[in-house]
Amino acid sequence: MWRYLRRNKILLVGLFLIGFLAVFTIAGYLFWDVQMYRPLSAPANQSPSWDHPFGTDRQGRDLLATIIAGTPLTLYIGVLAGAIGVTVGTVLALVSAYYGGFWDTIIRGIVDVGLTIPALLVLILIAVSIQGGLSVTMMAVVVASLSWLWPTRTIRSQVLSIKERAYVQIAKLSGTSGLGVIIKELLPNLLPYILATFVGSTAAAILASVGLEVLGLGPMDSPTLGMTIYWVQFNAALLHGMWWWFLPPIIVIIMLFVGLFATSVGLDELANPRTRRAV
Amino acid sequence: MRLDYVIRRVFLFVVITWLAATLNFFLPRISGQDPVREKLLQQAMSGGYVHTGMEEMVASYEQKFGLDQPLWSQYITYLGQMARLDFGYSIANYPRTVWAILGESVPWTVGLLLTSTVLAFAIGTVLGALLAWPRANKIVHVLFPPLLTLSAIPYFLLGLVLIYIFAFQLNWLPLFGGYTAGSFPEFSWSHAIDILRHSLLPALSILLSSLGFWALGMRGMMVTVQGEDYMTYAEAMGMKNRTLFFHYAIRNALLPQTTQLGLALSTILSGAILVEVIFSYPGIGTVLYQAIRQFDYFLLQGIIFTIVVGVTLATLILDLIYPILDPRISYGRQ
Repeated sequence: MWRYLRRNKILLVGLFLIGFLAVFTIAGYLFWDVQMYRPLSAPANQSPSWDHPFGTDRQGRDLLATIIAGTPLTLYIGVLAGAIGVTVGTVLALVSAYYGGFWDTIIRGIVDVGLTIPALLVLILIAVSIQGGLSVTMMAVVVASLSWLWPTRTIRSQVLSIKERAYVQIAKLSGTSGLGVIIKELLPNLLPYILATFVGSTAAAILASVGLEVLGLGPMDSPTLGMTIYWVQFNAALLHGMWWWFLPPIIVIIMLFVGLFATSVGLDELANPRTRRAV
Repeated sequence: MRLDYVIRRVFLFVVITWLAATLNFFLPRISGQDPVREKLLQQAMSGGYVHTGMEEMVASYEQKFGLDQPLWSQYITYLGQMARLDFGYSIANYPRTVWAILGESVPWTVGLLLTSTVLAFAIGTVLGALLAWPRANKIVHVLFPPLLTLSAIPYFLLGLVLIYIFAFQLNWLPLFGGYTAGSFPEFSWSHAIDILRHSLLPALSILLSSLGFWALGMRGMMVTVQGEDYMTYAEAMGMKNRTLFFHYAIRNALLPQTTQLGLALSTILSGAILVEVIFSYPGIGTVLYQAIRQFDYFLLQGIIFTIVVGVTLATLILDLIYPILDPRISYGRQ
């Protein structure tokens, strides 16, 4: 494992960044009063000091607490939406690629049409249409409503290439049922690929959710990273030079994206050793 | 190019347009929110008017916007309006039509996106080609990790960082907007330079974070092309490195790169919308942001419909151009 990671440096970088954020969050919950993410829990507009290492914002949130509470929330939205997307995508891809025919035409058509439409706009329309504020979980579900499109397309093409391989043919010839072939032969060989797609769609889901939040369509009372950036924008923190307000969420989001991107590229290399050294 | 391919592509365009209009129509109605009532209530609350006459006002507005008709007849009317590109009035800025607001903002967005995407495509492609070229200067390899890192960052986050560094700290460039507030739009050098100065940072944030994407794709293609027989042959003929690079390698690797353009279009656009919001750039993204904040449904629907149709149309044009650019692309029936 360790020897493989040393060869696959990009995976190592990705896992390190994600791991760092995980340790930061856990340590934060252990050693800091995270409840201070609520407004009015500290004097407003304070620059960083010993009492508030990341300073406080205009509504009196302690920003260290906000980041500690927000990092897992943002990751949760991404992971939930990514998991729903990949699960639905895998099932559709298997049905579409393995059985072919009518359902393949329908699924491929929907995916082709869906991917042409800018997803963010449809998500905006859905988010605006939902009455009352969104909760964090609702947010993930909204994002998940389109997050299955891309996994369906990529996993489908992978299934198409795998199902022609000799071992699948042999399994078929020895009388294994369609479902049996899918579960026993296709899925295990797809697994690393599905994992890489999952990490990729988690990143895409986080991007979509942060985008919605910056536009003011997020969960207003939750301290997610995107909402923090929304408040930065809303209160024009930039023009007041309150760097301690907007720099931490930006840095954490960048670490999250670079970490997920590197992990997905690294896993891709694990899944397709033939494209090794692609990046 | 085969006729049935063209017909199929145009048909797909019509389907997507219809789908966009339908989603636009039904999604807000599923929620059961009443845009007119909500807007009037909001105004009443902020303006402090008395609530008497509210119901009559709602009724008269609903009649005006056709909201008192049954759903199916509203839908038919709506489709007809969309086909004629008649988006109606903006609720928040009532006497102004959605079309007029769009007409003002779309050129800004198109200008910003076109310049930054063409530049990113050109620079990224050349960089990617150099990265895969064994005889290239080694300096480009130093550029690769930072480019890759930048490509993982959303455009607007990079934009925030750029504003802080270049506009707030160094004070080199303006903080927000598309032109200096209060300046009169005119055709003059000073105004043109003003607009350019305002667009520099938004364009840069799109450019920097999309460079890596193009470089990565081109690099992969160049590696494939270099393994081709004609490259070995050309090299054996003793051609100059320059000729090999530009006329043999890049030319052939470029075609798949252009197909990526069509696929990336909607992603680039979604990113650019947020960049505009961050910079308060007077384009369609900022208008969308205002529409969301003011619950301006008609404006929102008009913008979403315009963007979807715009992107689909651009994709259609690109798709129709590819077979002319690259005869190897065959769009036969599967």
